[in-house]
Amino acid sequence: MTDPVLSVKNLVVEIPTRRAVLRPVDDVSYDIAPGEILGVVGESGAGKSMTGNAVIGLLDRPAHIAGGEIWLKGKRIDNLRADQMRKVRGKEIGMIFQDPLTSLNPLLRIGDQLEETILEHLPVSRAEARKRALQALEEVGIPAAAERLGSYPHEFSGGMRQRVVIALALCAEPSLVIADEPTTALDVSVQAQIIALLKRLCRERGTSVILVTHDMGVIAEAADRVAVMYAGRLAELGPVEQVLNAPRHPYTDGLVGSMPMASAGKERLRQIPGSMPRLGSLPDGCAFHPRCPKADAECRQNPGPTLDATGGRAACWFPVSQEVSA
Amino acid sequence: MSTLVSIRNLTRVFDVSKPWLNRVLENEPKRLLTAVSDVSFEVEENTVYALVGESGSGKSTIGKMLVGLLRPSEGEVEIRGVNLAAESDAKTVDQIRSDIQMIFQDPYASLNPRWRVGDIITEPVVARGGDATGLAAKLLEQVGLAAEDAQKFPHEFSGGQRQRIGVARALASNPKLIVCDEPTSALDVSVQAQVLNLMSDLKDDLGLTYLFISHDLTVVRHMADVIGVLYLGRLVEEADPDALFTTPKHPYTQMLLAAAPRMDQIGREVEPPKGEIPDPINPPTGCAFHPRCPLATDVCKQKRPELRYVGTTRVACHHAEG
Ligand SMILES: Nc1ncnc2c1ncn2[C@@H]1O[C@H](COP(=O)(O)OP(=O)(O)OP(=O)(O)O)[C@@H](O)[C@H]1O
Ligand SMILES: Nc1ncnc2c1ncn2[C@@H]1O[C@H](COP(=O)(O)OP(=O)(O)OP(=O)(O)O)[C@@H](O)[C@H]1O
Ligand code: SF4
Ligand SMILES: [Mg+2]
Ligand SMILES: [Mg+2]
Repeated sequence: MTDPVLSVKNLVVEIPTRRAVLRPVDDVSYDIAPGEILGVVGESGAGKSMTGNAVIGLLDRPAHIAGGEIWLKGKRIDNLRADQMRKVRGKEIGMIFQDPLTSLNPLLRIGDQLEETILEHLPVSRAEARKRALQALEEVGIPAAAERLGSYPHEFSGGMRQRVVIALALCAEPSLVIADEPTTALDVSVQAQIIALLKRLCRERGTSVILVTHDMGVIAEAADRVAVMYAGRLAELGPVEQVLNAPRHPYTDGLVGSMPMASAGKERLRQIPGSMPRLGSLPDGCAFHPRCPKADAECRQNPGPTLDATGGRAACWFPVSQEVSA
Repeated sequence: MSTLVSIRNLTRVFDVSKPWLNRVLENEPKRLLTAVSDVSFEVEENTVYALVGESGSGKSTIGKMLVGLLRPSEGEVEIRGVNLAAESDAKTVDQIRSDIQMIFQDPYASLNPRWRVGDIITEPVVARGGDATGLAAKLLEQVGLAAEDAQKFPHEFSGGQRQRIGVARALASNPKLIVCDEPTSALDVSVQAQVLNLMSDLKDDLGLTYLFISHDLTVVRHMADVIGVLYLGRLVEEADPDALFTTPKHPYTQMLLAAAPRMDQIGREVEPPKGEIPDPINPPTGCAFHPRCPLATDVCKQKRPELRYVGTTRVACHHAEG
C-alpha cells in the first residue's frame, strides 16, 4: 500500500467546562490514501467538524487536542506552532466549508484573493499567479471567467460562490482538501454540479478529500471509503459498498435502514428509538447502547473495540453483518 | 373520495422594491417578484399531496396562503367548497381556520422557549375559548411522549421530540388538514424516520389530510399520494409517485431526478445539470425552464405552456409526450 497522505492516530479533542471535561472527539484513527475520498457521516454533534478542524489546526478555544497524533505526508503536524500551521493550511490542506462566505474576503475582488493565495504558497511571479487565477476560475466552470476576476463575492450566487471557494482551496495544489458540508446549503441541481466538480478535480490531480456530510446519497456517489461517527467515536470505517450494503455497526445498520428507499414503497420506515446523547451525559460503555437492539451487559460497561486506522472492525461487541474478507 | 382543498389560479406577488425615496432618487422602477404564478391543484380528503421544488420555487408561499398566513394576489383557496377570502359568515371562517394547522421546519424556532410544553400544545384551543382539560396529556401520548412532559420547557427536548411537540400542537384543535413545511429537514436521519412514521400513523388513525412540503425527493416518494413539482413559482408537473419517478414527463422533473443523489447508486457518475435557477424578478419568457431545457424550441420562448394531461400526469410543457 502507498503511504497515506494523512494519518490520524488515536485523536482526542477535549473541551474543559465548569462541570466536566467533554470529549467531542474520542480516540479517532484513520488513514487517507493519495487521491482517495473519505466520506464522514454521522448526526449533528457527532464530532465530524471537530475532527476536521483538529486536522487543520483550527479548533476554537477552549477545545484542544488532548491526545493522539496527526501526520501529513510523513510529517507530524498536530504539534506545529500556529505560524507553521498557517503555512500548512492553504499550501498542503485546502478547505471548503458549508458557507462559502466564511472562506472569502467580502472586501476583495476574487481575482485578487486567488492571486494572493497562489503567491503566498507557490514560487511563481505575479504575472504567472494572475494567469493561474484565471485558469482556476475556468476550471471550476465560472462563465466568462476573465471578466469575473474583478467581481466581489456578493456578486455571485451561492452555487457560484462555492465554485470560487473550490478554486481557492485547490489553487495552491494541496495534497488534501477538507470539505465540511460543502453542498448542504445548496439546491439539488447545484449540489450535483459541485460534487461532480470536486470529484473530477481531485481525481485529475490526485488530491485526497475528507468529505463531511450528513447526506448518505452524496456519500454513495462520491466517497471511496466511509467513516461513521457517533458521539465522538468512530462507529465504523470501511469501503463505501461495505458500509452501505453490509453495515456492521448497529448504528450504521439503523441509519441505512431508516432511509426511505424507492423499493420499499409505503411500508413503515425502520426507526432507531431515541436520539444521540449529549456530550455531557454520555452513557457508560458503548454510547449507542441505550438505542441498540443488541445491547447487553458487556455493552453497558465497556465501549466497543476501538477501530484501527484501516477500520478492520466495527466498534461494536456484536457487529451486524459478517466481516467481508478482503 | 371527496375534494378537501381546491386551489385555483393562485398567484402571489411580492413588492421587493427599494424604499420609495431611494427609488425616486435613483430613478428605479418598482421591482415585483412573482413567488407563485397561476397554480391550480386539488387535494383529496385523507391523502398526502406533496409539493417539491428547489429553494425559492414557492412551496412555503403556497402553504402560507393555504393556512391564511398570506393573502393571495390572485386566485383562490377553497376548503370544502368555501372560499375563505370571500366567505362572510365569521363562524364558518373560524371553523375552517381551526380545521387547518401548520407544522414548521424548525423545531427550535417554532416553540416559545418560555412556555411550558403543555401550554404550547393547548394554545390553539385555549385561544378560541375551548376546553383544554386533559388535552395536553392525551396529545403528548398520542405523539409518543409522556403526559408528564407537559410540565417541561422546550429546551429539555431533542430536535425530534420538539418536532413531536409541534405535531401535538397542530393536532390540538382536531384539524382535518395539516400543512407540513419541511417537517423533517432540520432533523437527523436517524430521527427523521420516527417523525415520518408518526405522521403516517396519525393520518390513518385520525383521517388527516396533509399538504407535505419538502425538497427531499426520497422522503416525498415515501409519503405522497400525489406530487406537484414547482419551478419558479409554477406547477410544472403533477403525478402519483410511481408515475413521477419512473416516467417523469417534464424536462425539469427529469433533470431534478437525475441530479438527486441516491444511496443505492454507489459510485454513480452523473452528468450534472446545466445552469442555475433564473432570477425570479425577471423570469424567462414563455416556459420559465427554456434557457436550461434540452428540448426548447421557439414556441417555448414565446408561449407559457398550460398544464395538460399526458396519460394520468398533468404537465406544463410544449414538448412533453406520453
Ligand atoms: N465550546 C463548546 N462547548 C461545549 N461543547 C461544544 C463546544 N463546541 C462544540 N461542542 C460540542 O462538540 C460536539 C461536536 O461538534 P461538531 O461540530 O464536531 O459536530 P458535527 O458532527 O460537525 O455536527 P453538525 O452535523 O451539526 O455539523 C457537539 O456535541 C457540540 O455540541
Ligand atoms: N415576504 C416576502 N417578501 C419578498 N419575497 C418573498 C417573501 N416570501 C417569499 N419571497 C420570495 O418568493 C419566492 C418563493 O419563496 P418560498 O419561500 O415560497 O420558496 P420555497 O419553495 O419555500 O423555498 P425554500 O425551499 O428555500 O423554503 C422566493 O424567491 C422568495 O425569495
Ligand atoms: S415547454 Fe419547452 S422549454 Fe419548457 S420544458 Fe417543455 S420543451 Fe422545455
Ligand atoms: Mg459540522
Ligand atoms: Mg420554504
